Amino acid sequence: MSVLPQETTVSASSSTAAAETRAAKLMKRRSRIRFYEIIVWIAAIAAYFLLPSKMLILTEIAILALFAVSLDLVLGFAGIVSLGHTAFFGLGAYVAGLMALHFIAEPVTGLIVAGITSGVLGLLTSFLILRGSDLTRLMTTLGIGLMMAEVANQMAWLTGGADGLSGFSPGPILGMFEFDLFGKVGYLYCVGVLFIGTMIMRRIAFSPFGLSLKAIKGNPMRSAMVAVPGRKRIVTAYTIAAVFAGMAGALLTQTTAFVSPDVLAFHRSADVLLVLVIGGTGYLYGGIFGAILFTLVKDWLSVITPQYWMFYIGLLLVILVLIGRDRLSRWVEYLPERFSKKEDR
Amino acid sequence: MLTILFDGIAYGMLLFILACGLTVTLGLMNFINLAHGAFAMAGGYVTVVMMNRYGISFYWCLPAAFIVSALIGLVLERTLYQWLYQASHLDQVLFSIGIVFMAIAATDYFMGGQQQLINLPPELSGRMDVFGVGIGRYRLFTIIICAVLAVALQLILSKTRFGSRLRAAVDDRRVAMGLGINVPLVFALTFAFGSGLAGLGGAMGAEILGLDPNFPLKFMIYFLIVVSVGGTSTVSGPFLAALLLGIADVAGKYYVPAIGPFVIYALMIVMLIVRPNGLFSRGGR
Repeated sequence: MSVLPQETTVSASSSTAAAETRAAKLMKRRSRIRFYEIIVWIAAIAAYFLLPSKMLILTEIAILALFAVSLDLVLGFAGIVSLGHTAFFGLGAYVAGLMALHFIAEPVTGLIVAGITSGVLGLLTSFLILRGSDLTRLMTTLGIGLMMAEVANQMAWLTGGADGLSGFSPGPILGMFEFDLFGKVGYLYCVGVLFIGTMIMRRIAFSPFGLSLKAIKGNPMRSAMVAVPGRKRIVTAYTIAAVFAGMAGALLTQTTAFVSPDVLAFHRSADVLLVLVIGGTGYLYGGIFGAILFTLVKDWLSVITPQYWMFYIGLLLVILVLIGRDRLSRWVEYLPERFSKKEDR
Repeated sequence: MLTILFDGIAYGMLLFILACGLTVTLGLMNFINLAHGAFAMAGGYVTVVMMNRYGISFYWCLPAAFIVSALIGLVLERTLYQWLYQASHLDQVLFSIGIVFMAIAATDYFMGGQQQLINLPPELSGRMDVFGVGIGRYRLFTIIICAVLAVALQLILSKTRFGSRLRAAVDDRRVAMGLGINVPLVFALTFAFGSGLAGLGGAMGAEILGLDPNFPLKFMIYFLIVVSVGGTSTVSGPFLAALLLGIADVAGKYYVPAIGPFVIYALMIVMLIVRPNGLFSRGGR
């Protein structure tokens, strides 16, 4: 009689161990480096050599990509529809501008300070999005974005108001690399930050932490029942996303040496949502692919109809939603998934 | 002081007429329609074109604005919106932002980007003194029209057969259909009616709120505030919320012009944190 329970304990513990190794393998497979990731970064480097005259638009793409990837962490993983993500972008842009104007012209310091400031704002405002439905979150994020725009507009003594902030020039990066006239150094700088940022967010998103975010997105109640601390996780994810959005804003300031109130405009929040829709949500690289396509389309449209490109952006949004935006990003699944041949099954 | 209060009430009444269509689509049909302001803008531009190009009387423009906006609403609902009632909120947001962008660019293309002005008929312009309080005639006119509309809306929603059908369709779509209610028709008519009211509001508001292609974006947040603060269970909730917002906005702009808009947004966020389901909602959900 006493043998039986002991046997079950043994088998239970062995099955737990088996489950653990299986889970570890699963996590490893999720986070494995995909084929297209290598392509993206090789292409980014190749563009530097192949398209020397297109540095400015490439820089723009890299900045928008970082911004979109940070939103993907909130939208694609945590499932929060935010219309005010540009608040962090704009704050980062202004902080970087003010740093360069009043304190240190060295860009990396400005970048880090901007990221921290935006992160603090993200942490403070993340508590506001914990309550209520999708609509409440939408309104709250939108309200925060509009409030930031209003603050920037009214505090003209600090931000330059409607005229924007100018009259500063970022110093050499780390005291070594001077920004050149053609934007080559600026491009490499932006791609470098994008690479590091994406890798950090990738590490976060494909960890058990990222998996728990997806669980919260799928069903908050059930994820709470398997002991996922939903509120804490959302606060953390939102803060991290704010940090990188702020860094994207800082990059824009440092490469253009100008901050306009436009960095906080509503259409930027809409643009970055569109970027994610084009690229697909929930796998981070959607932000990069989307940023490339979006910037090219916008550039092309603004050449054809300089004043009315907004119409076609709107049309694109409507069509995308009607045909189903999931279909668009499914092409990624057709790419060879495995890059390394390492046995991990 | 009383003049500011009066102007605030007129402004609030106008906001109510503009936003009450959204109360229904957003609150009752659970569709996040950020493009509501586009219908209001359509009504405003109908008025401008009719008055300034063809010299038609202002009084005829108002019903025309209602009808045109309602027709646009009906067509869009049947062709596009109806496919998205079951879609995720993100899809609805993206879709309606797309509509807003298209409306702004198209208006810019056809009408130009400048502020549009209308000339009110002489009996509506100017002020009169009532017991020492300066009252704009046009604002009085606005208040009367909007008050009548608000009462009519409340009666339609609570007393008529259509109102009860709508409430049934919203409460439980499947059961309502099972009872033989033509739910898509009810929704389409409601959507058209809401759009028409927005158009009417846009026409009447051209004088007070101003009218330019960016109208839908500029006032989007106001409509959303009215709906989310007022809650969606009654007509009186959004009505009171619109009045409060109107008075607060006018007073804020008059007394503390530097931080006026800031106060509104801050109040909204505080309100949403304290009462996520609206100021006047009954009980928690």
